[in-house]
Amino acid sequence: MILLWYILIPAAAAPLAWLLSRSQPQVARWVAVGGTALPLALVTWQWVSEAGALRAAFTAHGPGAAGLVQGTWLAHVHAAWISPLGISFFLAEDGLTLIMLVLTFAMGLLAVIASWRGITERVGFFHFMILWTTAALAGVFLSLDLFLFYFFFEMMLIPMYFVIALWGHERRVYAAVKFFIFTQASGLLMLIAILALYFIHGRATGTYTFDFTQLLGTRMPSATAFLLMLGFFAAFAVKLPVFPLHTWLPDAHTEAPTAGSVILAGVLIKIGAYGMIRFMVPLFPQATFDFRTVAMILAVIGIIYGAVMAYAQRDLKRLVAYTSVSHMGFVLLGIFAWNTLALQGVVLQIVCHALSTGALFILVGTLQDRIHTRDMTKMGGLWAIAPRMGGTAMFFALASLGLPGLGNFVAEFLILLGTWQVSKWAAVLGALGLVFATVYALWMMQRAFQGEETHALRFHDLVPRETGMYAALIAALVVLGFYPQPLIATARQTVTAVQQITAGTPLSSQANVAAQLIVAAGETQAEAIVADRAPTDGER
Amino acid sequence: MTTGDLITLLPLIVLTAAPVVVMLAAAFYRSHTLALALTLVGLAATIVSLFIAATRTSRQVTPLLSFDTYALFYIGLLSAATAAVAILSWNYLQRRHVHPEEYYMLLLTATLGGAVLVASTHFASFFLGLEILSVSLYALVVYPIYRAQFVEAAVKYLVLAGSTSAFLVFGMALVYAETGTMTVSGLAPILSAGLGGPDVVVALGVVLLLVGVGFKLAVVPFHMWTPDVYQGAPAPVGAYVATVSKGAVFALLLRYFRPVSLDPGSTLFLVFAAVAIASMVAGNLLALRQDNVKRILAYSSIAHLGYLLVAFLATGERAAIAVTFYLVAYFATTLAAFGVVAALSTPARDAESIDDYRGLSRRRRWTATALTVALFSLAGMPLTIGFFGKFYVVTAGAGAALWALIIVLVLTSTVGLYYYTRIVVAMWVRQPDESADTVGAAVDGGSAAVLAALTAFLIVFGVYPAPLIQLIERAVSTLP
Repeated sequence: MILLWYILIPAAAAPLAWLLSRSQPQVARWVAVGGTALPLALVTWQWVSEAGALRAAFTAHGPGAAGLVQGTWLAHVHAAWISPLGISFFLAEDGLTLIMLVLTFAMGLLAVIASWRGITERVGFFHFMILWTTAALAGVFLSLDLFLFYFFFEMMLIPMYFVIALWGHERRVYAAVKFFIFTQASGLLMLIAILALYFIHGRATGTYTFDFTQLLGTRMPSATAFLLMLGFFAAFAVKLPVFPLHTWLPDAHTEAPTAGSVILAGVLIKIGAYGMIRFMVPLFPQATFDFRTVAMILAVIGIIYGAVMAYAQRDLKRLVAYTSVSHMGFVLLGIFAWNTLALQGVVLQIVCHALSTGALFILVGTLQDRIHTRDMTKMGGLWAIAPRMGGTAMFFALASLGLPGLGNFVAEFLILLGTWQVSKWAAVLGALGLVFATVYALWMMQRAFQGEETHALRFHDLVPRETGMYAALIAALVVLGFYPQPLIATARQTVTAVQQITAGTPLSSQANVAAQLIVAAGETQAEAIVADRAPTDGER
Repeated sequence: MTTGDLITLLPLIVLTAAPVVVMLAAAFYRSHTLALALTLVGLAATIVSLFIAATRTSRQVTPLLSFDTYALFYIGLLSAATAAVAILSWNYLQRRHVHPEEYYMLLLTATLGGAVLVASTHFASFFLGLEILSVSLYALVVYPIYRAQFVEAAVKYLVLAGSTSAFLVFGMALVYAETGTMTVSGLAPILSAGLGGPDVVVALGVVLLLVGVGFKLAVVPFHMWTPDVYQGAPAPVGAYVATVSKGAVFALLLRYFRPVSLDPGSTLFLVFAAVAIASMVAGNLLALRQDNVKRILAYSSIAHLGYLLVAFLATGERAAIAVTFYLVAYFATTLAAFGVVAALSTPARDAESIDDYRGLSRRRRWTATALTVALFSLAGMPLTIGFFGKFYVVTAGAGAALWALIIVLVLTSTVGLYYYTRIVVAMWVRQPDESADTVGAAVDGGSAAVLAALTAFLIVFGVYPAPLIQLIERAVSTLP
């Protein structure tokens, strides 16, 4: 039941915010805070109270059992929806879902707070859209019925389109339409793949269903599987984004208002990673393996291309947008490496990138509100004017370039470590991205905050509302940098479960055992035992 | 003919009586409101009579008409759509000081023609229904005669529909001359043989029949009249042509082809596939460059008929369900979109330029919301019924492994997003050049109620379509 609330609370708050705002715009903001903070509190509470259960499920049943079989979910909802077509309202939650939900609501809350002063027009409608997006995102991460997943996947397009088109910057309509068309086209390709899977499974077994757990392991010719995998990959690659399908991202991120950029970069593009881990690879392990080389090449190109493009930007926000392309390259690399180490790195990267890039977008937003430009050539020496802002920017720039001690470093390091075991070249070339990241991050700091002051800009430093936001984000990144275990432990259940599904295919690499031992080294004895037990056949 | 047959025929009898009553009432006492009220009562009585007719087990009345659940469902759909059009017309006509009473009579006779079409199992009833529908439409298009463009549209429609009828009759005559049959069941083996049969005359007859149907459905290459007639006709009549007229013909097409097994690879199948692809591509691409909302809707309707043909080609029960569901979705959505156009139109001109919609969200928040929901439904976005409609069509196509057609559908419908969002952007995004030169009449109560009901319909069945699907499954189950 609790899963329904995650969708219903923001969904119910959305019209409330719109209707109540007619007399008092401020009400909409508070409704939106409630609509995101309440589920955030709920999911955090669930996380804390289920931490034991997650661990127990993992140790009691071994890595294999703790996963995609009904009954081992933390919670699930299963109801008939459109029975004639075998569509059910099937929500379920495991460790990865939990993390994605925390991220969704946290970013939603952040988006609302970040637009407290920036949004003055149609305040109610704006928060209606933000809450609607949040509800749809929660639905995306909770759905295990492929149709339901697609439904939510498409559902968040409309509010996001409005957020960009109505409250964005100069070229907002262009960016919004581009975003809309890219995502819709790729989503429809995924729909075709889903339907093909539905019919193949239905013809083979007589049960026509969109239930993901039943569709797993559907037998089909490898050429068909490859095509269907490409259908899923198209949708997720546009979202992530993967080079060369990334072109919507710099436009959408740059032209969106701050709140839109935060949700886009923080959660929306992560659907790509989530979808690959949850659906694409488990459904088509062999096809994924066959596609691995191409995907890794694309990932490496994305890492380097994104970094180089970031370096070449004058527009501060566009720079941050391009860094996302680079960081998401790491995510793609980690997913296609498909070993425990890399996947845990991916989950960490999902969270840390959301925090650091979200913060950078908010920072650019606050700066633009004050000086009305994003052009770095018109900045310079801003640190002297606003030292708190400068320091904050420095911190997040360092996080973005992967400074040891911060979460992003752990994430990218784990991904590269995992990739190394699969492809040394990809790891080496991917590591170049860290070097380039240093260049663009420091160059950004130099041009905007250091250097000579060539302008007469005067503005006030961060206000307490902003300081509070950044403080929370900084604290989270530092904690994840030094102690990522809680996150890794929560994601572990899913990571091992999806690997269990693909066991027996070439995708599950031999390196996994060693990798698990490395990670488990600092952990409790129980988990070390599990790592030992992992390869025994009796567990499978 | 027995008493039982009369009960089965009751919907048609009521629907025939209604225009007579409206006409007689107008002869004695001219009142616009009375005419509308009588029309609505007539349509409501028709819908009630459907339930009475549904109790009968024997459905075939003479070889001409079959009142199976399929026909009853479609008569209900057509009547409901006509009621919506009638209410939307009231304010449109009221503002224009014409004698509007006969307009409703024509609306009812046109619907009568549609009802005959959806129940038709014989060439005679096919042609009869089509002519009743078309002749009523000639007059409807030109009804508020004070504007030259209405006359232009009506003449175009008259010429094209007239030649369509000629094609149809000639096709029927050829088929009958060679085979001696005019019934659906007799036609099935002929259509199954397709165009590759040994008899050239029959093949020619079938082609002529299809040309006639193609003109009525306005699929490429018979689509030329649509934008002009949509643009030229009064907005409510445009809505009627787009929904009732096309829907009835498509329902007939579905019935005639239900017993036919279309072999992929046969010439007939390829012809249909080519028409579907051409309609999807041309409809969507031509809509891109339009600045007139009515023309955008016209071209988009060409594309939507292309989507429908994809589901139609899937054949089998799933296809029948998909087509019917899509038609219901398309009816509601198109009526809502045209309804907004009609409600905002002033006597001077219809609200058809995209500039008329600039900043609409600030002037009329709810009207803009209704149009936005309708446009998203046309685009097939979730939470609207259009999403399930498109999903059903793609599912039907995937079930029959029509991959090429589905991929064209997906790609072209993505193009469609662009022109739908253009209107949305115009309504919602603040533009620097928001001029005062926009048409925007006050929305009357009746139109507001219809728009609200349609919007609610779009959203409710966009979230929970199961009841509608079950109804449609029952409706199409009686098709042979």
